Amino acid sequence: MADLTNDFVAQIRDAAAAKCLLNIEGSGSKRWYGNQVVAQRQLATTGHTGIVEYDPAELVLTARAGMTLADIEAALAERGQMLPFEPPRYAPESTLGGVIATALSGPGRPFVGGVRDFVLGMHVIDGKGDVLKFGGQVMKNVAGYDVSRLMTGSLGILGLISQVSIKVLPVPVATATLRFELSEAEAIRRVNEWSGKPLPLTASAWEAGILHIRLSGARAAVDSAIHQMRGVVLDVPGAKIFWDSLRDQTHPFFCDTHEMNTNQTLWRLSLPAIAPSIAANRLQGATHQLIEWGGGQRWLWSDARGDAVRAVAHELGGHAVRFNNQHGGGETFAQPSAALMAIHRRLKQTFDPQGIFNPGRLYQGL
Amino acid sequence: MSAQHQRLIAALAQVLPSANLLWQKEDTAPYECDGLAAYRTLPIAVALPENEAQVQAVLNACNAFGVPVVPRGAGTGLSGGAMPMAEGIVLSTAKLNKILDIDSLSRRAVLQPGVRNLAISDAAAPYDLYYAPDPSSQIACSIGGNVAENSGGVHCLKYGLTVNNVIRVRAVLMDGEIVEFGTEALDAPGLDLLGVMIGSEGMLAVVTEVTVRLIPKPPVARVIMASFDDMTKAGHAVADVIAAGLIPAGLEMMDKPATRAVEEFVQAGYDLNAEAILLCESDGTPEEVEEEISRMSDVLRHSGAIRIQVSESEAERMKFWSGRKNAFPAAGRISPDYYCMDGTIPKKHIATLLNQIKEMEARYGLRCMNVFHAGDGNMHPLILFDGSDEDQWRRAEDFGNEILEACVALGGTVTGEHGVGIEKINTMCVQFDEKERDAFFGVKAAFDPARLLNPDKVIPTLHRCAEYGRMHVHRGQMPHADLPRF
Repeated sequence: MADLTNDFVAQIRDAAAAKCLLNIEGSGSKRWYGNQVVAQRQLATTGHTGIVEYDPAELVLTARAGMTLADIEAALAERGQMLPFEPPRYAPESTLGGVIATALSGPGRPFVGGVRDFVLGMHVIDGKGDVLKFGGQVMKNVAGYDVSRLMTGSLGILGLISQVSIKVLPVPVATATLRFELSEAEAIRRVNEWSGKPLPLTASAWEAGILHIRLSGARAAVDSAIHQMRGVVLDVPGAKIFWDSLRDQTHPFFCDTHEMNTNQTLWRLSLPAIAPSIAANRLQGATHQLIEWGGGQRWLWSDARGDAVRAVAHELGGHAVRFNNQHGGGETFAQPSAALMAIHRRLKQTFDPQGIFNPGRLYQGL
Repeated sequence: MSAQHQRLIAALAQVLPSANLLWQKEDTAPYECDGLAAYRTLPIAVALPENEAQVQAVLNACNAFGVPVVPRGAGTGLSGGAMPMAEGIVLSTAKLNKILDIDSLSRRAVLQPGVRNLAISDAAAPYDLYYAPDPSSQIACSIGGNVAENSGGVHCLKYGLTVNNVIRVRAVLMDGEIVEFGTEALDAPGLDLLGVMIGSEGMLAVVTEVTVRLIPKPPVARVIMASFDDMTKAGHAVADVIAAGLIPAGLEMMDKPATRAVEEFVQAGYDLNAEAILLCESDGTPEEVEEEISRMSDVLRHSGAIRIQVSESEAERMKFWSGRKNAFPAAGRISPDYYCMDGTIPKKHIATLLNQIKEMEARYGLRCMNVFHAGDGNMHPLILFDGSDEDQWRRAEDFGNEILEACVALGGTVTGEHGVGIEKINTMCVQFDEKERDAFFGVKAAFDPARLLNPDKVIPTLHRCAEYGRMHVHRGQMPHADLPRF
């Protein structure tokens, strides 16, 4: 447990004075996510650890950014609570700061919310080396602009997230997983129909003709949903392994060596849940898909051109992320409109006037 | 009227139908304040565009003239966020009031900003869906205003605030550019500008379209009414319920002065001897609700509730809630005026704050009743005063500021859901230091470099904070009373 805030401030002031480009990182477990950063110095947050405050009755945990996800989850589990947004655990040493800066959410995203929905406040060190405090430790807070949300998912381009307060939730009393044999289109339709009914859905995943549904909540609610929805009930330990493998992306779909070796890119398409099927004739490789979030998140291995993938995603009302940029095929994220890009640039100028934080990681030139 | 004002009105008249532009005093007077009636200003004009192109044209005209624009939804805001500026115009979104689409399968509604909050749920009702955030003004307030304020309500603990239920906002920037924040999917590329837009109090862009999530209507809801003979016990009971792993759909508290005032008004059957009453609601399927109500009752009993009643019918549930929902009008019945505060604190400090407020009541010589969202620590002390007495109003304002400062000192915030607006702009000096306020100005300028959209709200200038600090020293003796203070 150590508070390295002053050390970070000194490093940032020093770098700002020398206009030295910094790569702010936690453990580096998500280094591959986003564009490559060309930096002159590393600033690791890993030693900045410790829970600052955690009172289960407040449903709020405040911790330093270098604290590992594993330690945070262990502390929560001790009190029967959890991180509702189920961030991927790529490595045991993954940090809270990295979780917040990448804002990657797990299988429960459409049902319980994503990282952004649970961030209540944070301390940020800006490009001048000033420690700024936004939001707070309470659920409802509308004093000033929501800068904490702006920082969430910013990939460290605006500042060093040094301390975060997050809303946590009790672990559901009961959980069950159901299995159905359904086509892609039918699976998406069914999940969305169920989502419109008072059923305790907390995750869905479809791959190769099989749909899995997770139910969690009050015991009575889960039992009644099993009865209504039918489907094959999975054994509990097996189901946990399955959902963990999706959450942590250790599921065989994500580790397909054939596809990794054949110059294919793993795309993450974020789409309106009921967007039509990305039929194989529209995108190469679209036959091998994993669909989560009731249709809202579609994973796809493809060697199609990046602009073709982005065009399809855009046309369907969403966007595409070049998730595993192993072949260096260009920008990771879709470009916002010119007007939004201008806002991005001015925000960067406000928080990081010397442009020293994680240059290029979100967008080239930012 | 100055020649400059006349030229502006002429320019606006070219882009708006004549019925959609008000500039005679008798027409603009209804817009001189919002729900915070103590602060009033007459604008140069009021523009009521009825489509996005007109919004754009109005902003272009004002941008060209360098005239500030104050956006306004239904005008129900409680913090003066829509208070006009004397040298600016008001842009009302009231005529942009169409529900553009409801998709029952994907559970989304696309709305113009002037659609009333309750109208969304009414339109979704045939599909057994509804829009969750339910600010108490939901019958009148509009979704555009909800986006501006990040409105909450009594069900936030379980269902979230506006920011958790809006997925896309289309808006016009001050320079006339049309932008979209968020997408029809669950996220968008780049920085989370949607998150910043929500709760920005009309200072970043003018909303022209909103996509919200709809969720399934719980088939059953039941509420427990629990009485406590001690405020501290009631405060702890709130923490005990949450610590037991329960997330009530609503968890509200009222103190004795509040229950007495409302009981006279609506006869909700409240226990008048109780020092505090908790309303704890569960919703969901019948089996789920039964399980939760039983667990909640056990916890509350264990925490020292002296009386527990569970609603046995929808009619009884509405009766239990009627008191809570009528607390504000009840306050209006026993006092000529009341001043509603909105600080939020960690739940463990509820009793501490209530005791501090009691002490302040004696010091300021004013009564205060407390009704609040206990589950999320969002306090609504209602300070009772007589506005015709100048001194009482000044004491009420000081009392309110002291409560908000106490909230900040307890680790909370000056506003949980009503917004800063003009009302709490001084207490922002207490919650944020100069560098943080500078960052807010930077965010503002990133969206609105000309600083013409609602520019006098939310973020206090350094000068203003210095002055607020001085006023504290000489409470009640405002220096330079003739200076404009915005």
